[in-house]
Amino acid sequence: MDRVLSLLEKNAKMSPADIAKSVRMPLAKVKKKIAAYEKDGTIVRYKAVLNRQLIEGDGEFVRALIEVKVSPEKNSGFDHIAERIYRFPEVKSCYLLSGSYDLQLTVEGKNIQTIAHFVSSKLAPLENVQSTVTHFMLTKYKEDGDILKRDEPSKRPKISY
Amino acid sequence: MKKSRYLPSALVDSLAPSGIRAFFDLVLTMDDVISLGVGEPDFSTPWAFSEAAIYAIEHGETSYTSNQGLLELRQEISKFLKARHKIRYSPETEILITVGVSEALDLALRAILNPGEELLIPEPCYVSYQPLTVLVGAVPVPVPLNARNGFSLRASDIKSRITDKTRGILLNYPSNPTGATISRSELAKIAELVKKHDLIVLSDEIYDELTYDKEHIAFPSLSDMKNRTIYLNGFSKAYAMTGWRIGYACGPSKIIAAMTKIHQYSMLCAPIMGQVAARQALREGAEAVAEMKAAYHSRRNFMVKELNRIGLKCPPTEGAFYVFPSIKKTGMNAVDFAMRLLEAEKVAVVPGVAFGKSGEGHIRMSYAADFDHLKEAIHRIERFIKKRK
Repeated sequence: MDRVLSLLEKNAKMSPADIAKSVRMPLAKVKKKIAAYEKDGTIVRYKAVLNRQLIEGDGEFVRALIEVKVSPEKNSGFDHIAERIYRFPEVKSCYLLSGSYDLQLTVEGKNIQTIAHFVSSKLAPLENVQSTVTHFMLTKYKEDGDILKRDEPSKRPKISY
Repeated sequence: MKKSRYLPSALVDSLAPSGIRAFFDLVLTMDDVISLGVGEPDFSTPWAFSEAAIYAIEHGETSYTSNQGLLELRQEISKFLKARHKIRYSPETEILITVGVSEALDLALRAILNPGEELLIPEPCYVSYQPLTVLVGAVPVPVPLNARNGFSLRASDIKSRITDKTRGILLNYPSNPTGATISRSELAKIAELVKKHDLIVLSDEIYDELTYDKEHIAFPSLSDMKNRTIYLNGFSKAYAMTGWRIGYACGPSKIIAAMTKIHQYSMLCAPIMGQVAARQALREGAEAVAEMKAAYHSRRNFMVKELNRIGLKCPPTEGAFYVFPSIKKTGMNAVDFAMRLLEAEKVAVVPGVAFGKSGEGHIRMSYAADFDHLKEAIHRIERFIKKRK
C-alpha cells in the first residue's frame, strides 16, 4: 500500500506536511496524491473512532447483527437486493458472505423495539428476503482493528540505555 | 591496617560510575515527561508471541531447558539465519540461547579474552561494552568514531590501533546510540584487517532488522568471516520483546562450547517461557516485525527532517530507532543540554557522553515513541533552542 495511505489509515489527523516529512516526499506531491485518492473514492471519508460505550446517554443505544437469507436476482445477483437493504440509515455495515446465510448487517437503534420494528416492517417484508436471524450485541470489545478499552499507560522506564 | 572485608573487589571498584546517573535519577522522579530517552520499543510484544508463552505455562512448560536452550528454538534460528543472511549455523553445536545479547556478550568476552589482551571498541557505544571487558581483566581500546562520517566505522579508524596485544574487535551496527551502520565496502576492508591480523570479531547485530534504506549485511556472511566471528543477536528490539530477555550467540563450535561452559554455571539456561515466545516470533513474526519497522521508518524520516530544520545537525541515520544529532551549535555540552531541556521543557533525551567521550556534543533521541510525542518534543526543543539564543 502507498505509505501515504497507510499513515492516513492509522491517523486521519496527520497533516500533509507531517506525512511529507515521514515519507520523504515533497509536500505538493503528497497533497496531490491525497486529492486524487479523495476524488477516486479510495479515501471514502475521514472520521473519528469512538468508544460509544463511554458516551453518556449513548449507552442505551442498541446494536444487532442480523443474518439475512435472500434470493439473488437474475441479472444483478445479490447487488441489487443488498443495495435496497444497505441504503437504510439504520444499517451501519453490510457484507455478503459465503456460508449458511447471505448478508450480514450491523443495525443500530435507540432500543430493542426500534430494531425489532426495523426488521419486521422494513427488512423482512422485502420481496427477496427469505429469513432473518437477529443477534443483539452485548459488549463491543474490538472494532475494525481498534481495541476499545484504553491500554494502561506503559510501564517501561522513562529512560534507559 | 587490615582492609575491611565489606568492600567490593578492586576490579569492580575500578569501574567508573556512570557520569550521568544523577540525570537518569532526576528523569525517573519527574512526571509527565516526554521521553525520547528510552532504549526499547514503544510497542508491546505482538500478542501471538505472548500467547504462545501463556499457552506453554498453562501446559506445564515451566522447567529448565538444556543449557544451550530449546533445540527447536535453535533450529528456528538456524533456519532464519540461513534464509535471511545465507549463513549456516549448526543448531546442535554453533548456537547458544542466552539471557539477552547482554549475557551473550559477557559470555563471549569471558570465553575468549585473556588478561591484558586488547579489545577494540568503536565509540560512542552501548554502555556495557567497556565495563564488561574490564571485568574479564582485558583492556578496552576505544576507537573514536567521527561525526563527519555519521559515526559510521571506517577500517582506517581501527587500523592504527591494532597492536600485538589486540585480540579482537567489538562491532555494533546498526548502532545504539548513533543509529549508524557500516557500508559493504568498509565491512570488506574491516574483514581484510581481521584476516591479516588474525582477529576475532564480536558482532552485536541486535538492531539488524531495523534498517531503512539498505539491507543489513551480517558480518559472518562476509567471505571467510564466519569462523572468525561471534555473532550476537536476539529478540528484544525488532520483535519488541525486551522483557523476555532472550538473545543468542552463534559462532565456531569451540567458542560456543566455551561460552556454554560458563553459561551452564552462571545462568543454567534462559527462561523457558521467553524461549517459547521467541520460537513463536521466528515462526510467525515476520509480519508484525514489518509493521513495527514501517512505523519506525516514517518516524526516522520525520525526526531527521525536523531536527535539521530546527538547527540540530542530524545525518539520515540508517537504522535502529535512534538519532544522534549534534547540539554543538547551542554552545552547551551534552549533559547541560539534556539537563536544561528536561527542566525547561520536560523532554528527556540521553546525553551522548553516556556512550563514551566521543559522544560529547551529541544527544541520543529514541524515536521508539508515539508520533504525537515526537512532534510535541520537536516543538518544545525548537522553543528551548530559540529562547536560549
